[in-house]
Amino acid sequence: MSVQTNTAKDQITKPLGVPMMGNEAFARGAWEAGIKVASAYPGTPSTEILESLASYPPEDLHAQWSTNEKVALDVAIGGSFAGVRSLVAMKHVGLNVALDALMSQTYVGVHAGLVLVVCDDPGMHSSQNEQDTRLVGRLAMVPVLEPSDVQEALDYTRWAFDLSEQFDTPVIVRSTTRLSHARSLVHTGKRREPEKKSFVKNPSKNVMIPSYARLRHPLLIERESNLIEYFESDAFTRWEKQGTNIGIITSGPAYTYVKEVLPETTVLKLSASYPLAKERMLEFCKSVSRVFVVEELEPVIERELETLGIHVEGKKYFPRVGEFSPEILREGFSNAGVLDDSPPGIDLDLTPLTRPPALCAGCPHMSSYMALRGLNARVAGDIGCYTLAAVEPLNAIDTTISMGSSIGNAIGMAKASNEPSPIVATIGDSTFLHSGIPPLIDAVYNQANITVILLDNQTTAMTGGQDHPGTGRTLTGEETHRVDFEELIRSLGVKWVKKVDSYDMGAMYQTFREATEYKGVAVVISDRPCVLDPVKIKGPPLTVISQDCTACQLCMNLGCPSISWSDEWYDGHHKVKIDEASCMGCALCPQVCPANCIVPVTP
Amino acid sequence: MNLSDLSTKKTRNILIVGVGGQGVITVSKVLASLCHMHGFQVKQSEVHGMAKRGGVVYSHVRFGEQVWSPTIPKGEADILVALEWAEGLRWLEFLRPDTGIFIADTQQIVPPFSCRNRQTGAESTYTREMPTDIIGLITNGFALDATVMAEKLGNAKAANTILLGTLSAVLDFPVEDWQSILKKLVPPKTVKVNHKAFLEGRNWIEHSQSDQTASPVNGSLPRPTEPTELESSFQFEITEAWCKSCDICVKMCPERCLRLNKAMIVEMIDLQACTGCRICEWLCPDFAIAIKKTPQSVENA
Repeated sequence: MSVQTNTAKDQITKPLGVPMMGNEAFARGAWEAGIKVASAYPGTPSTEILESLASYPPEDLHAQWSTNEKVALDVAIGGSFAGVRSLVAMKHVGLNVALDALMSQTYVGVHAGLVLVVCDDPGMHSSQNEQDTRLVGRLAMVPVLEPSDVQEALDYTRWAFDLSEQFDTPVIVRSTTRLSHARSLVHTGKRREPEKKSFVKNPSKNVMIPSYARLRHPLLIERESNLIEYFESDAFTRWEKQGTNIGIITSGPAYTYVKEVLPETTVLKLSASYPLAKERMLEFCKSVSRVFVVEELEPVIERELETLGIHVEGKKYFPRVGEFSPEILREGFSNAGVLDDSPPGIDLDLTPLTRPPALCAGCPHMSSYMALRGLNARVAGDIGCYTLAAVEPLNAIDTTISMGSSIGNAIGMAKASNEPSPIVATIGDSTFLHSGIPPLIDAVYNQANITVILLDNQTTAMTGGQDHPGTGRTLTGEETHRVDFEELIRSLGVKWVKKVDSYDMGAMYQTFREATEYKGVAVVISDRPCVLDPVKIKGPPLTVISQDCTACQLCMNLGCPSISWSDEWYDGHHKVKIDEASCMGCALCPQVCPANCIVPVTP
Repeated sequence: MNLSDLSTKKTRNILIVGVGGQGVITVSKVLASLCHMHGFQVKQSEVHGMAKRGGVVYSHVRFGEQVWSPTIPKGEADILVALEWAEGLRWLEFLRPDTGIFIADTQQIVPPFSCRNRQTGAESTYTREMPTDIIGLITNGFALDATVMAEKLGNAKAANTILLGTLSAVLDFPVEDWQSILKKLVPPKTVKVNHKAFLEGRNWIEHSQSDQTASPVNGSLPRPTEPTELESSFQFEITEAWCKSCDICVKMCPERCLRLNKAMIVEMIDLQACTGCRICEWLCPDFAIAIKKTPQSVENA
């Protein structure tokens, strides 16, 4: 391929904008809207929103990590009460944690604009489910805006704050992984200076006791119809008229795929998927002979149209599960007879290599799960990097539900008293602070016979190494009080607490054995920092004395990505080798090697 | 090579793939900045989260006057750059079948997951297709051992810059623009080696294109070695009277196929999983375990 670059250069007539990631654009939109308070708990794909906000001048806004999404939302609600525009960001499942607050806050409304940026994960790139936040918006009667690209991420977030104040409502801006983690050029604007407002005492609006809440509920219904009327003619919804044969109703990132496969078709691109502009949709449906609804995940728009008695085609052709792509839309439209089949691509009949994510070389979690396998324990897992120990070779986690579930699940399993194996819950430091403390109190209170392994790697590792109250640093890098886990756990009434070095395999086995033999709640703190965050830790690498290796491959049970098969054989099995470049020198593998053939590299 | 004109309104699609830590994102950042510089709208899409954990990493870069979908439709990638061999094969179906250009590093990063089969004589499940098998089947295919080339320049981590150099040779933005952006994006200490690596890659492709006799494949993967001697059957024997329940064999069994039964005597619970590695036999302080192997001649070895 060759380019005529002089021609390309001639095309520059105006600046195209600044390159920005979707999440940076959400942050920029909020900054331009004049926010003063922002909070979040990290969660892929939403994490970078707060990280980006933390890079704006501290005199403009306060940005913080909260211990969980409910606290984060409560903090933002507090900001709104106090009269400053506030933002909270979270992943879709984070909204479940925050939902209790949202369901009452929606009755209260806002004093200053309150916006929730919620990032869905269709296709579950990094999540435990693929719930559709648009349905939660409907449940809470909170408008849901759906930007489709990075520019709209900025524009819609700015707009959401105006809408929030105009209609006295919190507003959800819904993203997806594909939007949050896309980069493109964006036109930015100036920051709107925040209004000078402060708290206004108004108990019948701000205090949700039954007598006041009863007065608020009818206002919510009224707000919904006002919003519907607004969205009948809002400036962000676009009706792109190109012919009357078929028309497509769509919203959010799905719009970009529609334009990719059918660039010259009539489209109604909705700016909001709750509440839906009924008259506008009806008018659109009447104007074309065949209507398709293209929406990722749940049939929210399609069902609404069905209840209005309009026949549309949607989930019949476009799947309700997984992430959309141009190919999936092309296939759907081809099955519907709108497009020709896509031309065949290269097909060499290759089986793609399975390359699942694995724990890092030197990960301190490896020894915990190796030791648990040795105890033949029933293990309730939790959410974090360590969930990767659920698959081969560690294969040491039996259940995983949601943030903080492990301890509660373990209590139930222990109370079922039908298991000879010890019952163990494993939970990371950040997850423990997020939602592990109430269930641990529950375990002590109900005298459950369980062992809790607190995997303290001193960071929020899975999302890329964010600080939390156990690290002693805030989002903006300030030093603050550092939670002492041992002290905290003892104060909850746990009598048996021991800290053990995660890189001492023998101590791990022995301590776990003692803990599981203890009758009552025992807590073991597995203590080593993450090898990657906040700084990469690297000791002298290890190597295998190949002539001594008996190819038992016991070291490979650690699941360390630096250990793989060498080309040499022993007794019909591959000997092992260690990749010196990636080895962190944690020295767990020599501790499990029966042949004593793993040694530090001698310079 | 098929030459086309970028000044048309068509969207151009470059797919860059590899494994976490290889520098896929750096390559795509250089390319995206270059496209911005030349006045194109650019969309770049990648999935974060698992990248640090040795998982698959890919970056879709699309540029043109107007770009819609953030991802490249299957079969429409104009260029596929793979920083790892098996990853290149994974994404081949995204390449334009007739005109697409495939550039791959022959480096193999074998995941531990491929080395799971513990049966006697088992081979890794890493892809069997070699560059010499594949490159000939693609209209514009190139495979080079960029990692070894970078090692020779003094920094194996510059392999991604060698690949960037090869990309620069088939995507004809001015060479000085590539280099000025590269200089800005790499750590200051590595500017020199990256500059050399860039030119090395660029020259390799240019040479391979201009010289009809030059091979589009440089370096090849080692064919897997074969085991010299296989033992395909064995017996597992326990002398129960000698077992004193010390649990050493249970803890050390790589396949976790032993346990202590109710009488606290070791027993085999999963003979299928046992590979006959003899660890339990060697480690038993009481000589209570014996693995008896019957050597057999190997067919099809």
